Amino acid sequence: MQNLGISVFLKGRNLIRLFEGLIVTARIAFIAIIIGSLFGIILGVIWTSKSKWIRSICRVYLELFRIIPILVWLFIMYFGVTTVLNIDLSGELVSIIVFTLWGAAEMGDIVRGALESLPKHQIESGKAIGLSFWGLYRYILIPQAVRRMLPGAINLATRMVKTTSLVVLIGVIDVIKVGQQIIETSRIEVPTASFWVYGFLFVLYFVICYPLSILSRRLENKWNG
Amino acid sequence: MLNKEDEVLLEIKGLYKKFDDMTVLDDVHLSVNKGEVVVILGPSGCGKSTLLRCLNGLEKIQGGEIKYRNKSLVDQDVNWQDIRQHIGMVFQNYELFSHMTVIENILLGPVKVQKRDKHEVMEQANQLLDRVGLLDRKDSYPRQLSGGQKQRIAIVRALCMNPEIMLFDEVTASLDPEMVREVLDVILSLAKQGMTMLIVTHELSFARAVADKIVFIDKGKICEISDPDEFFIHPKTERAQHFLNKFQY
Amino acid sequence: MKLNWQFIIDSLPLYWEAAWTTLKLGFWGILFSLMIGFICSIVLYFKVNVLKTVVNIYIELSRNTPILIQLFFLYFGLTKVGIALSETTCAIIGLSFLGGSYMAEAFRSGLEAVGKTQLESGLSIGLSKSQLVRYVVLPQAFSVSVPSIGANCIFLLKETSIVGAIAVVDLMNVTKDLIGMYYQTLEALLMLVVIYLVMILPLSLVLTWLERKVRYAEFGN
Repeated sequence: MQNLGISVFLKGRNLIRLFEGLIVTARIAFIAIIIGSLFGIILGVIWTSKSKWIRSICRVYLELFRIIPILVWLFIMYFGVTTVLNIDLSGELVSIIVFTLWGAAEMGDIVRGALESLPKHQIESGKAIGLSFWGLYRYILIPQAVRRMLPGAINLATRMVKTTSLVVLIGVIDVIKVGQQIIETSRIEVPTASFWVYGFLFVLYFVICYPLSILSRRLENKWNG
Repeated sequence: MLNKEDEVLLEIKGLYKKFDDMTVLDDVHLSVNKGEVVVILGPSGCGKSTLLRCLNGLEKIQGGEIKYRNKSLVDQDVNWQDIRQHIGMVFQNYELFSHMTVIENILLGPVKVQKRDKHEVMEQANQLLDRVGLLDRKDSYPRQLSGGQKQRIAIVRALCMNPEIMLFDEVTASLDPEMVREVLDVILSLAKQGMTMLIVTHELSFARAVADKIVFIDKGKICEISDPDEFFIHPKTERAQHFLNKFQY
Repeated sequence: MKLNWQFIIDSLPLYWEAAWTTLKLGFWGILFSLMIGFICSIVLYFKVNVLKTVVNIYIELSRNTPILIQLFFLYFGLTKVGIALSETTCAIIGLSFLGGSYMAEAFRSGLEAVGKTQLESGLSIGLSKSQLVRYVVLPQAFSVSVPSIGANCIFLLKETSIVGAIAVVDLMNVTKDLIGMYYQTLEALLMLVVIYLVMILPLSLVLTWLERKVRYAEFGN
């Protein structure tokens, strides 16, 4: 058996190309998570406002991303916006924009939930021992809010990493696309390549997401259990 | 208190129980006659609740013997589901089923477990509910009732199984003070009707009024077993006296 | 920015069919997910020896990998080792595989929400283990699980958008084809968004209403 399926990883520059594809995926995920989180935190703080208008707008923003599938959003941005604005955006840029907006919306919800769930009597006790506004934030509110947010935030990051798999469907040359290219070119020599390549991708995503899942769960048990 | 039939319902000999490495009950001897009301007193953590829970199989014991009507409750193949129909228990947190109305709570055991006729049980339930003054609440949900009402319903629920022995585990500990009396009154009337009971409580004057004998437990061991009046006026042991002193100001 | 309304009307039949496909896939996916999830949660609740490890592995594998890869693996990967499945079958298997673990989580949290003291209370009136589960545990677990189950249903329906990747003629593929063939990008996208809104928004509202109703029954507020 000259051409065992797994040999597809040893041919030519396959492994390097996979790695390059992985960098693209990682780039999208990383940028979207970082910028999305930042925007999300700001959004979350704004969301706690007493104004019904502001809260409704935030809510609609979130629901837009909760009701319409992310793939549809990718399509809208990739095909629609380019048509309307007559500009050419790369799949990667579109992905980053969509994921950042999505991430910010979900993060905003998480942050808002964390802030609103802080028990009022904690603030009152803080005031009773004479803490200033900033003191309250620094010693009581922020540490407690972070604890409530972190598991959800890590869970969001995991979901975002998984969802980056969709960018291949709008033509981005990410790790999945490279895998598919490898399968195509190896079709004759290594017919079982697709089993191995997709298997590899399966394990790859698992190896990235599983530790994050465990981390999120552990933090949740430690802080909220 | 006078002329109790000398029928021994429950016999406990040398009971030994531990949780992990901690001994919770050690060498406990107790016998309970039919119609007797035994009140178990003692400081927190002394093992009194655990003792009760051992008697209806919620806790396993590691040594000793429990006999109900001369049948051992310690064997591996004891049918607890059967025993629990003869030994009823009421808990501190009432534990009514929140998704069922009062009457559904009460009917569940008799109808589904004992397979009794629904109308017959209904009649008994109505009678008991009337006796505790809650007949008008039979279609309410537990969340609509106060703590005292829920506890009285819990007692009715246990009674509808027609048990021979009733176990009460600190049943007034979770109640607001105003509601304690209504529950204790129910227990007192049960005692007058001759129900055999083991009661764990902190309500000392109640204990004195209802008990036929007082069992004082400290650190898992029985310190003394006395007549109620004797116990409260002149306890036999120093630890008991020390315990009673905590309640005097 | 004028919309070609005639085009929209002409393409309605295509979209209608695709929407049905999506709904059908979603339906079966949800159904099997519920079944798988329920069985898994019972296994975990009763801590059945070997099975519980299998279930845990299953849950971790399906929750930590993207559904796209799961689908590709099923559709493209398995054919190469001798198992050939149709696109629809793959889609349903894929959705059920993913959904099962989410539903298992939802059911499990419901089961665990029933306090140990409720169990003891049931035992003390002589209920057997199975009676306990049937009359005390399941009804209470159900009301705790309903919000999660509802959310999972909506989630699965949204995930059907991905099955287009394995050649199922669903809404995404119809849209892509129309854009590619006729360049009526805005019209196609508009239809796409409208249809998803129509499918999912009512579900989302029903879920919110259901949550409120269930909370009232349990907690009265």
